[in-house]
Amino acid sequence: MASDDLWILGIHMTKFGKHPDEDLVDLASEAVQGALADGGVTMADMGVIGAGNLMMAQAGIGQQVQKQLGQTGVPVYNVSNACATGATALRVACMAVKSGEADMGLAFGVEKLSGAGLLAGGSRKEESPTWTPSGRYGAVAPIDGRIGTEIMPGVFAQIGMEYGHRYGGTSFELFARISEKNHSHSTLNPKAAYSKKMSLEQIMGDIMIAYPNTRPMCSANCDGAAAAVVVSGAKLKTLSLEQQKRAVKIAASVLTTDPWEESCQILPDVNTLTRNAAIQAYEQAGIGPSDLDLVELHDCFATAELVHYDNLMLCETGGAVDFFNSGATWRDGSMPVNVSGGLESKGHPIGATGIANVWEVATHLRGEAGDRQIVGAKVGLAHVIGLGSACGVHILEKAA
Amino acid sequence: MAEQIPLVDYLVLGDEPHLVANQCTGCGARFFDRRNACASCGKTEFTKVGIDTTGEVRAFTIVSFAAPGVPVPYVAAMVDCGGTSVRGNLINVAPDPEHVSLGMKVRLATEVIGTDEQGTEAIGFGFEPVGG
Ligand SMILES: [Zn+2]
Repeated sequence: MASDDLWILGIHMTKFGKHPDEDLVDLASEAVQGALADGGVTMADMGVIGAGNLMMAQAGIGQQVQKQLGQTGVPVYNVSNACATGATALRVACMAVKSGEADMGLAFGVEKLSGAGLLAGGSRKEESPTWTPSGRYGAVAPIDGRIGTEIMPGVFAQIGMEYGHRYGGTSFELFARISEKNHSHSTLNPKAAYSKKMSLEQIMGDIMIAYPNTRPMCSANCDGAAAAVVVSGAKLKTLSLEQQKRAVKIAASVLTTDPWEESCQILPDVNTLTRNAAIQAYEQAGIGPSDLDLVELHDCFATAELVHYDNLMLCETGGAVDFFNSGATWRDGSMPVNVSGGLESKGHPIGATGIANVWEVATHLRGEAGDRQIVGAKVGLAHVIGLGSACGVHILEKAA
Repeated sequence: MAEQIPLVDYLVLGDEPHLVANQCTGCGARFFDRRNACASCGKTEFTKVGIDTTGEVRAFTIVSFAAPGVPVPYVAAMVDCGGTSVRGNLINVAPDPEHVSLGMKVRLATEVIGTDEQGTEAIGFGFEPVGG
């Protein structure tokens, strides 16, 4: 291993789901203690902490966790970056270790979202007695629902529909079939919030949220946490053979934002920044998409998964529909995608998601994924998108 | 006739209602909000330009589940108006997949949003099917 390589030494995720008796600090602590134990290290070994949480972003979750697990005085970076919050926390640890400021770093992400309902979209309150323009559009009344939609299921529905308009071949049924795949995958994942198989009829017949996304085609709000210990190649060489054997190489760690495109302030462009992140990540890792054995991508909605096949270059440009219809992305296909069940069934505790998908990939590379193991997996990719937008891509490689 | 006020400042009322954008004098990028600078090139000078009132639906969704107080279902869309993308609802059309489609030709239409204590009407906009 090269001295300036980055490695995951330990990693852990809690079960996703309802955790009514645990608060944010409990969940984060469970993930952090799990990752430290997995790596055979302690809080005293950590030179930096990246702490991710979205809904309580002002609370200083990093220091709260230190106050339970170890106040070592090292720098904490509390980060919040929409659904890319976890990946951003991981990037913090990676950057610190890569720069040589620390030889080991901790990253964790945590969220409690059970029962949260719709995220974003303005409630319509009493309107003012006289129309008064306010805000950047000089609006005299709330515009969510009057000038398009701000709710996530609706935004991502349009993102999938736009792909269909550009390349053809999409339908309500096609998007529902993507969800059918992920729900089917989830039956093998004991850490998933929902692990029930759902038929196409059940999915299409469920409550419509924003056409074509029905409820099971939307990511599941739930509670959960995930944590990872990042170590430099130089430091890893000084650790035990057992630690070296289970370490997973971070072959690429990339974060991008959305560059300006003509329509990007009308409908968020989740495509260009994902493609940019993927290009950078493949270049860093020195591999191409065909080298991947599994992919965990950000299926916050079934309509989103389709466009990311294309954005991550898992298929030809414009070919995502044919690619999915070929069966490639099922767990027995040529490019298994979201074998964890994805955000639609595993769940999406926002701050945790960008580390939990890295955990999923790492667990397959270590050959420890149990019933859902992708046999012989050597290279995998984890992707998240936070609307606004931020995209995290990590490529992991099995230790040689 | 009652006094009228547009729902947003980029909607121009009158005999021929239309939308206006802030167009960057440097690169031509168009924006509907108040600007500090151009997100594409960073220049700070803009001119007002009128936007085509007809266009084509590039993306839509039918929202059935919204924040409290927002009437559903409604059709939210992105419309390509002569090369400028515009966000708006599809109106004067049944909000179901049988009546709304990708590539559908539409035109700008206005509607009354409500009336305030002074009797002033707020006027919003949407897009309706052409010839529908
Ligand atoms: Zn410009």
